[in-house]
Amino acid sequence: MTDINHIQPVHLDVLQEAGNIGAGNAATALSQLLNKKIDLHVPSVRMVDFQAMQAIAGGEEEVVAAAFLRITGEAPGSMFFILQKEEAEELAYTLTGKKVNIIDDSFDELAASALRELGNILAGAYLSALADFTGLSMQPSVPSLAVDMAGAVISEGLLEVSTKGDHAIVIDTEMEEAGNNNTDAVTGQFFLLPDPDAFEKIFKSLGVEWL
Amino acid sequence: MTKLKEDQVIKVGMADWKTAEAPEKLRTSGLGSCVGVVIYEESRKIAAMAHIMLPDSSMAGSRSLQRAKFADTALEDVLDWFQEKGCRCQRLQAKLAGGAQMFSFTEGSEMMRIGPRNSEAVKAVLKQKGIPVKGEDIGGSKGRTIEFNIMDSSLFIRTVSQGKTII
Repeated sequence: MTDINHIQPVHLDVLQEAGNIGAGNAATALSQLLNKKIDLHVPSVRMVDFQAMQAIAGGEEEVVAAAFLRITGEAPGSMFFILQKEEAEELAYTLTGKKVNIIDDSFDELAASALRELGNILAGAYLSALADFTGLSMQPSVPSLAVDMAGAVISEGLLEVSTKGDHAIVIDTEMEEAGNNNTDAVTGQFFLLPDPDAFEKIFKSLGVEWL
Repeated sequence: MTKLKEDQVIKVGMADWKTAEAPEKLRTSGLGSCVGVVIYEESRKIAAMAHIMLPDSSMAGSRSLQRAKFADTALEDVLDWFQEKGCRCQRLQAKLAGGAQMFSFTEGSEMMRIGPRNSEAVKAVLKQKGIPVKGEDIGGSKGRTIEFNIMDSSLFIRTVSQGKTII
């Protein structure tokens, strides 16, 4: 059994590189889709307790659109692609040509399915790069989309981890449209939450000693 | 002694429980599949709120994890606290909210049904202890933030798309 409390800085570095490679591929996919240049922030890898995790997407009660999927295979885990309310509305407009408000009736099935498909493409790009990098099989489930309080949606990704420990390791990567002067501008955020049993395999595949 | 401010709200985090007395309020945010349960003694104006993640501590196997995370161990500790305060179970009442299913998946995993299982587990413990459920807003697919006003035993529930209710 992998005890994530024993994690060392070198392990966090490896996970950061893994996040960089995965999200880099996803940013390329998004850039092609939107025909815009997308910048990637350096991923942050943290060990957090559940209360901190709930607040990680900008506040527990912040409204977000979240595509969530489970990863099966050799390195199982959970993945989120999170858009803040305004980002989701802007992307839905870009993809469908319709102005929507994601928390009322104007958020129809077309807009929802556009965002779900976006999550599918980006998460798929992220995971296939990560699978190539580690040589581990990682199959994403079809994503499900929810628009709700960040705390409520994020907690869903913690269930698997929470049966095995009181902390989660999250690889958090933000994307942003290049040249946007608004310093808060983010065009989406990935959370990768490997299941506790996945860490040993990830580290081994990348040649890092685990205790 | 400093007097408590009227509007003092005690925040309960995920996988945690806290106690308060009037005029304080108890609040927990972003309940998805988690269940927020309030147990209170109306006459003495004291209450406890727990933010429960999982139905049963046996899910953790032999590992010892935060007791407040599971319905069975969290409620056991909450009821022990009431007992220390000299409260009998017969005088206690409860309200609960949450237990939603935030995401729908075609391939059914047991973890996806955790919301309903959480509410069932909480209600089973309350029933066994003879604590009546005075109000509930559970299930569905919406996140909830709840605030309990000990003064009048009302539970305020806020959702993103379906407004506010008080039970």
